[in-house]
Amino acid sequence: MEEKLAYVEGAEQPIAMHPKKFALWLFMVTVVMIFAALTSAYIVRQSEGNWLEYDLPAIFYYTSAVIILSSIFLHWAYVSAKRDELLQLRIGISIATILGILFLIGQWYSWVALVDKDVYFVGNPAGSFLYVFTGLHALHLISGVIFLIIVLISSFRYKVHSQSMTPMEMCVTYWHFLGGLWLYLFMFLQLNH
Amino acid sequence: MAAANVALHDTHDHDHDHEHHDNFITKYIFSTDHKMIGKQFLVTGIFWALIGGFLSILFRLQLGFPDMELYFLKPLLGGWIDDAGKLDPNFYLALVTMHGTIMVFFVLTAGLSGTFSNYLIPLQIGARDMASGFMNMLSYWFFFISGVIMFCSLFLENGPAGGGWVVYPPLSALEQAIPGSGMGMTLWLIAMTFFIASSLLGGINYITTVINLRTKGMSFSRLPLTIWAFFLTAVIGLLSFPVLFAAALLLVFDRSFGTSFYLADIYISGEGALPNTGGSPVLYQHLFWFLGHPEVYIVLLPALGITSEVIATNSRKPIFGYKAMIISMLGITILSFVVWAHHMFVSGMNPFLGSIFMFLTLIIAIPSAVKVFNYLTTLWRGNLIFTPGMLFSIGLVSFFISGGLTGIFLGNSAIDIQLHDTYFVVAHFHLVMGSASFFGLMAGVYHWFPKMFGRMMDAKLGYIHFWLTFVGVYLVFFPMHYIGIAGFPRRYYSWTNFEFSNMYTDLNMFVSAAAIITFAAQFIFLFNFFYSMYRGKKASLNPWRSTTLEWTTPLIPGHGNWPGEIPSVYRWPYDYSKPGAKEDFIPQTVPLSATPESNLPHEQELVKLEKEIIAEEEQVLVANGSKEA
Repeated sequence: MEEKLAYVEGAEQPIAMHPKKFALWLFMVTVVMIFAALTSAYIVRQSEGNWLEYDLPAIFYYTSAVIILSSIFLHWAYVSAKRDELLQLRIGISIATILGILFLIGQWYSWVALVDKDVYFVGNPAGSFLYVFTGLHALHLISGVIFLIIVLISSFRYKVHSQSMTPMEMCVTYWHFLGGLWLYLFMFLQLNH
Repeated sequence: MAAANVALHDTHDHDHDHEHHDNFITKYIFSTDHKMIGKQFLVTGIFWALIGGFLSILFRLQLGFPDMELYFLKPLLGGWIDDAGKLDPNFYLALVTMHGTIMVFFVLTAGLSGTFSNYLIPLQIGARDMASGFMNMLSYWFFFISGVIMFCSLFLENGPAGGGWVVYPPLSALEQAIPGSGMGMTLWLIAMTFFIASSLLGGINYITTVINLRTKGMSFSRLPLTIWAFFLTAVIGLLSFPVLFAAALLLVFDRSFGTSFYLADIYISGEGALPNTGGSPVLYQHLFWFLGHPEVYIVLLPALGITSEVIATNSRKPIFGYKAMIISMLGITILSFVVWAHHMFVSGMNPFLGSIFMFLTLIIAIPSAVKVFNYLTTLWRGNLIFTPGMLFSIGLVSFFISGGLTGIFLGNSAIDIQLHDTYFVVAHFHLVMGSASFFGLMAGVYHWFPKMFGRMMDAKLGYIHFWLTFVGVYLVFFPMHYIGIAGFPRRYYSWTNFEFSNMYTDLNMFVSAAAIITFAAQFIFLFNFFYSMYRGKKASLNPWRSTTLEWTTPLIPGHGNWPGEIPSVYRWPYDYSKPGAKEDFIPQTVPLSATPESNLPHEQELVKLEKEIIAEEEQVLVANGSKEA
């Protein structure tokens, strides 16, 4: 079976990208489309008036910093893995995972802050949209954390190194994407508020 | 259950001697082989087509024979037939809703694209299987779960979803509105979520496979038009289904959590105002039609791709304008995303916006007309062979023309204001999208049946099936244009209450009778399909004398499709009746260097390049040989 798979993947590939990696990119396209739909719905709805004005929770600045830091550490881990520096790989990916979980906790507190401001999920769509954006992004981020933990475990089993980078590369791509997606959402909310 | 499966598994292991031993469960149920998954989609699609068709017969009985007493349906429909023997009006709404949902999504999306993309992509591009067999299996099973949920909703006490297949809020968002907005609507949304997941998993796989796993020499300019169509269909699905997901998600929040994305200031049956404020129902329509319109092309493009292949093969002529076909499909793909609001001309949208969407909509007529022209010119003076598949393909072209012409009317917002939501629209999309895609599906089944099951379908039964269906479809849908021009709205339970529509009672009776006959004709196909699967005439390796790669596999391809190396490709897929060639077709696997007698000047130049590729190929062969040793 193993032999067979090797053969299939060894067959002539018209483009250099690994099929699974390519599939991940396509998956990210679908995520982009979901958020494109939601954010354009936000703009369309906002332009119709009857829109609740409120300040964004300040904690978003901290969580944004956390997710950027997490991406930086993961990238460090990725570069280390390419150089076969396995200790740094493990440290980097562990910190990235912890920061990812921290981000999720921070997002939860942003909901607490919203409730304190009397902005609820049920009510004016201005508030509801914010819950949907953060909630749906957090759901995707949870899938990213699970992916990180899987790669983390395999890094402790010596399965991530310069000769075996595909899962690591996919994980890094996805994580950067999710971080970038958050920054987009945050900037979008800042600009259209 | 488990014991039964084990027993079956034992007998199967003895029966079949496969290179790699599948038991019953991994071979027929949780299969990761693209051919089996394609067949699973096909059989499930046929099952749903029967249900969807049957539902339409039920509401046609109501429309055509309003005074009929339907007691004989009581054993099946129970409480939905009231004491006077009449169909319950709410159930009528549920019937049209479920007919639309089932036909659009389960039959013509999953049953058409799911079947043929899965079955043909690896075989026609020369791949062992899909990029991810597991994801492919998941795609089918999500579709299956979605189907089970939708099927269960048919038996709810309050009936299945009843707000139309477009499920516009606030009708669909408020349980108090109609019985069909209760539990049935909830199940509809859950089922559609699974369906979206299934489509996306499938689409990601199709795109990845076409881009990454083509065999040597299979450049994009040598892809059969079927593959181009499936590829672009998957791209459309990938970009539009997430938007439906977003729309459905917000609707779920409105229904179950009390948010107000689509709801505002509603008074309902004297209860006083609902607490919801600030929502916008038009927002839902924008989000829905951003999927809804591309969905039309998700349904239609695969059928057009199949038709290109079948018409070229059975005209024994190269497809006319191969590049024009690709460019027009690309054009349709892009335009499909910028015309959605032509479904909303009467939704209170800014009229200026309407005129922009009208303009963009009418542009789609150009690539569509190019395709029609190319089909006709391919047929023109060809050595036509009227196989059942060919007849269904020609039928598709006919529907595409007659249904497409009314699209030009409807695309004009000024006329659409009169015709919107009348039977004219019903006639239009049933011809151009419903029947055309259905005929594409049928053409595909008749054409690739020998590859799927190693046997031929009976051609005579195929002809009877074709003529009854073809004539039947026109008899059903053509009269609807007149009813629509007279102004009768769709989704209405009864015709007899208004003087202007009363006069169409006879015509409706005629339509209903034609619909029943057309539906009955499908059982000829059903018999032919299952009978031929076991008792049909054994097929030859290449029964239609076609050029594409799938006909170079063994009669029943095993796991991995080709027993040895995957063949390389040296030419485009439409070398039919090439001047100078001995046969009237040259398979894609025949090198140009082997056919000096028929090569065109520019092909003669490619021969040198080809020799280099063959040399490279031999190196790979040697390398693989040593690996196996």
